[in-house]
Amino acid sequence: MNHWSVSLSIARTHLLSKLKSTVTAALGVTFGIGAYITLVSFMTGLNTMLDDLILNQTPHIHIYNEIRASDKQPLDYLDGLKNDLKVISSVKPKRQPQKIRNALPLMEWLNTNPEVRGATPRVNSQVFYLSGSIEIGGNLTGIDAEQETVLSNFGDYVPQGDPSDLSGTSNNILLGAGLAEKLSLGVGDHVQLANISGELFLFKVVGIYQSGIAEIDNVQSFANLVNVQKVLGVPANHITDIHVKLNDINKATVMAEKIEELFTVSARDINEANAQYETGTSIRNLITYAVSITLLIVAGFGIYNILNMLIYEKMNDIAILKATGFTGRDVARIFLSQALIIGVTGGVIGLLIGYVLSALIDTLPFETEALPTISTYPVNHDPLFYLIGISFALLSTFLAGYLPSRKAGKIDPVQIIRGN
Amino acid sequence: MYILEARHIDKKFRKPVSFHVLKDISFGIKKGEFVSIMGKSGCGKSTLLYILSTMDTDYTGDLLLDGDLITGSSSDELAFIRNKHIGFVFQFHYLLAEFSVLENVMLPARKLGEKSEAAIRKAAMQKLKILHIDHLADKKASRISGGEKQRVAIARALINDPLILMGDEPTGNLDSHNSENVFQIFKNLKEQQGLSLLIVTHDYDFANRTDRIIEMEDGRIIKQ
Repeated sequence: MNHWSVSLSIARTHLLSKLKSTVTAALGVTFGIGAYITLVSFMTGLNTMLDDLILNQTPHIHIYNEIRASDKQPLDYLDGLKNDLKVISSVKPKRQPQKIRNALPLMEWLNTNPEVRGATPRVNSQVFYLSGSIEIGGNLTGIDAEQETVLSNFGDYVPQGDPSDLSGTSNNILLGAGLAEKLSLGVGDHVQLANISGELFLFKVVGIYQSGIAEIDNVQSFANLVNVQKVLGVPANHITDIHVKLNDINKATVMAEKIEELFTVSARDINEANAQYETGTSIRNLITYAVSITLLIVAGFGIYNILNMLIYEKMNDIAILKATGFTGRDVARIFLSQALIIGVTGGVIGLLIGYVLSALIDTLPFETEALPTISTYPVNHDPLFYLIGISFALLSTFLAGYLPSRKAGKIDPVQIIRGN
Repeated sequence: MYILEARHIDKKFRKPVSFHVLKDISFGIKKGEFVSIMGKSGCGKSTLLYILSTMDTDYTGDLLLDGDLITGSSSDELAFIRNKHIGFVFQFHYLLAEFSVLENVMLPARKLGEKSEAAIRKAAMQKLKILHIDHLADKKASRISGGEKQRVAIARALINDPLILMGDEPTGNLDSHNSENVFQIFKNLKEQQGLSLLIVTHDYDFANRTDRIIEMEDGRIIKQ
């Protein structure tokens, strides 16, 4: 209908003749939306980084053999003492191998399970790093480098070298950053290791591992699974840990219980290990939205104020428009479209400012030991935020414009004209 | 056949105190008739005019425009009737200050939307020419003199070629020269275009030169 074009042209003239208050009102929306985009992009970027910090280094389920005393002691097997109170002092755990029993069938079961994204075997062993006359005790973990890279972003923690160099049978090693510093070794150098029995092995350093946690980086190194089994002198079915990634992290607890039930192993899920991390994420999101909504409400009140003032000023115009045949709806439309024009222009400029600011933050240097591959502040440029931002701008300006517009539509022209 | 006919119009104000402002008003205006309403302040003549102009719907009785009953129509229908069939001139000009003279005249026609923008512009220029103010077309409405403003308001009232032109003391704010000017404009409209006019006025000189005077006192017509 042409109703809109007439109303819009009046709205435009009003806005242009009151350019100062128009700009002020639009700036309110611009700041609200701009701050929302900047905040939410930066906050969710940080959240994702913090989550990854935990999630990448922690498997959804960690399967291992826990050293602990048997639940049923020999005394419990005696039928004659069934109803008696038994007291055993100084119970010791049973001597048992560190390896997971039936590790290969367990691996196969995991890899064919549809809920499992992947399971990677590990072998932990105690070794000594030799440098001249110094011996440094530490861990050497055998991994399947290719799978590890895919499943746990292992590559993010290898700032120098390439984890894929570990595969193959040659004795290659990823040396912990702290160890490398102590031993004055770099990529391409060789390092001598001794197992617990004192046998010597020569490994070539193909990369540096840096988890960001000094205690780990001072003792931990990685090599190919087969080579570590060779160092230990054990067969290929000797696996001490299995790391499982699921398709759905929320099923970790159920899955871990099932594994413990089916196989005689200990299985610890991520929720048990890191219960607090999810709480932190949701609270940070809550703060982001609370701040943004507050900003937009303030902007909404600005628009409400300015429209109310404008309507008060334009009483005579409204009266004559109605006297010459404009309906209440036409008049309301004039003021509502002013609110929406302010909302759209303010909102779009706000999106642009938000984008520019978050892009700027994205380039600021952010060096952290914890995440060696990150060099700038993390920012999440999710298009969804921009959609939410502009929808919110339109919604708040519509609400702010609706009440004054309705008031304008209901003005009785006779009252105004007789009043003059 | 009347262009505008009022039958037994009755109106009471309830606020601030109950007051019977119009009592059994009945009269008609023929096509091409120039009628003035006179009476003391507070006799109800303006109230009657706002009822006749369809802006005030709080009354009893019947109002007919061109033979059709318009009492009881919806507010949208009444807005359409005001837009198309009734031209209105007030004591105060009520021009939109930010718009040009031409745009002010065009607005009611743009609302009606029966003609193209170009045709409306042409018609508006023609109305301005009839009133000898076409040279002001592009000026801001706030930048012209009082007499000129009232003539622009008349041009705006005429833009949709209404059946009747109503005026609520249209010369009340004007000096004698400009009052005479406006009277001549009304007379020409009646004589050359056969327009019906209903003008509320205090000015005896003005009223005496119209076709008919309706005199009111205390809410009644005492002479017509």
